Amino acid sequence: MEQQDLATQTERAPGARRLGEPIVVIDGVEKSFHGTPVLRNVSLTVRKREVVVICGRSGSGKSTLLRCIDQLETIDGGTIRAAGHLMGFRERHGKRVPLRDAQIARQQRDLGMVFQNFNLFPHVSVLDNVTMAPVRILKRDKAEAETEARALLQRVGLPDKENAYPRQLSGGQQQRVAIARALAMKPKVMLFDEPTSALDPEMISEVLDVMTDLSEQGMTMIVVTHEMGFARAAADRVVLMHDGQIVEEAPPEEFFQTPKSEHTRLFLSKILQH
Amino acid sequence: MNWSWPFFFDYLTNGLMLRGAWTTIWLSVVSMILGLGLGIVAALMKMYGNRAVRYLAEFYIWLFRGTPILIQLVIIYTGLPQLGIRLSVIESAILGLALNEGAYLAEIIRAGIMSVDKGQEDAARAVGMTWRERMYLVILPQATRTIIPPLGNQFNGMLKTTSLASVISMEELMRNAQMLAQIEFRVLEAYSVAAVWYLVLVSIWSAIQVRIEAHYEKPFGPAAAGALKGKKEGEQTLKKAGAA
Repeated sequence: MEQQDLATQTERAPGARRLGEPIVVIDGVEKSFHGTPVLRNVSLTVRKREVVVICGRSGSGKSTLLRCIDQLETIDGGTIRAAGHLMGFRERHGKRVPLRDAQIARQQRDLGMVFQNFNLFPHVSVLDNVTMAPVRILKRDKAEAETEARALLQRVGLPDKENAYPRQLSGGQQQRVAIARALAMKPKVMLFDEPTSALDPEMISEVLDVMTDLSEQGMTMIVVTHEMGFARAAADRVVLMHDGQIVEEAPPEEFFQTPKSEHTRLFLSKILQH
Repeated sequence: MNWSWPFFFDYLTNGLMLRGAWTTIWLSVVSMILGLGLGIVAALMKMYGNRAVRYLAEFYIWLFRGTPILIQLVIIYTGLPQLGIRLSVIESAILGLALNEGAYLAEIIRAGIMSVDKGQEDAARAVGMTWRERMYLVILPQATRTIIPPLGNQFNGMLKTTSLASVISMEELMRNAQMLAQIEFRVLEAYSVAAVWYLVLVSIWSAIQVRIEAHYEKPFGPAAAGALKGKKEGEQTLKKAGAA
């Protein structure tokens, strides 16, 4: 597909969102797995209501970066501030002290995460997937949480599926439930880790539509994806990672039309060829 | 031939045997529940504890799986008083059976926990669950599905293993059969009746186990959903899912 086609395929409503103050600040983050560096001095700032798409080849560290933001991985160096928290640590007399499990859990409640493989809880119904965290963790009133969950399921286009079990849903439906589950915690930032990579082609758009809606309603989003159409339509900035580093960071028009990095040109030529 | 049907049928409903069967049931259930608690704790200690905690769990499992239950029971009831610890027959039987069962269940539970997809832990963390909440709400309920079949097998074994408590004079089926056999020396009839009672208990348990397994399979398979919730309802759920 030609780049021109992509540009006309989806048009972004200009000025729909006004960006706010920085809400995710990643500063000099380092991460290694068994001595192999995966993230090397990564810095990135995301502002409130901003949508940032991260792309790059597999193994470039983009998923690891997302998992580090949500404390699913612990970082070896640098700092991550998100939704008002210094993720994974607290500061005492200018020193950083690692947080315990329960305290990290409290930080994680302000971030929503959507996974490539959905990871819905298979042993409970769709409704219970959405209400489990608000009711069991935040001790919210059950009836109230269920009303909100039904509204969320409506929002992701699944109003009649609340009693189904995850296995009874298609991949696209499961991913939309996963988005509703994350939104039920009223997160300040949503993280998407290749949300459409495990989906059949005909189901990709139903998930991307929900994500686009979300971005238009002002949700701050960091999205790791290969869906360049979504990047064009919804992103404020596109980031390319290569070998554990950010090598390009630009608004979509610039990213696709006039990339500065050789890596970006190579990446785009490969991903846009078919 | 000296087999007497009248004695056999008489023994079958003899009060001594009925009381014995009842004792076997509650002794099995109580020991199993306590063993399950011990097993869960030992499995979690082994999987998530620091080195000292892990070694403690491993030592417990090694010790109680490595020695005969018969010796464990005898030591608890007749050996411990030498150290000043005096337990009643019932206490000794429950303690011995539960400790032994817990060691076996620990490994079954550990395997069950390991069978849960790694993504579930991620998802539970991502919505902000603490370790306790992850275990209680997400990991253990799903591990249960894997654990139930071998657990049922263990309970089947437990129903029969309780007969070993007869050596410390616990008055369950086996012990009462012994006593019955000595009254009129109808040894074959008495023990046959005990055997029949064990078969009955095990068979009843098997029927219960099928229902428990179906319950835990319900979220995962259409066949099981139909079997438990009534066929109609199961089919409706399926149709609904299919229509989408």
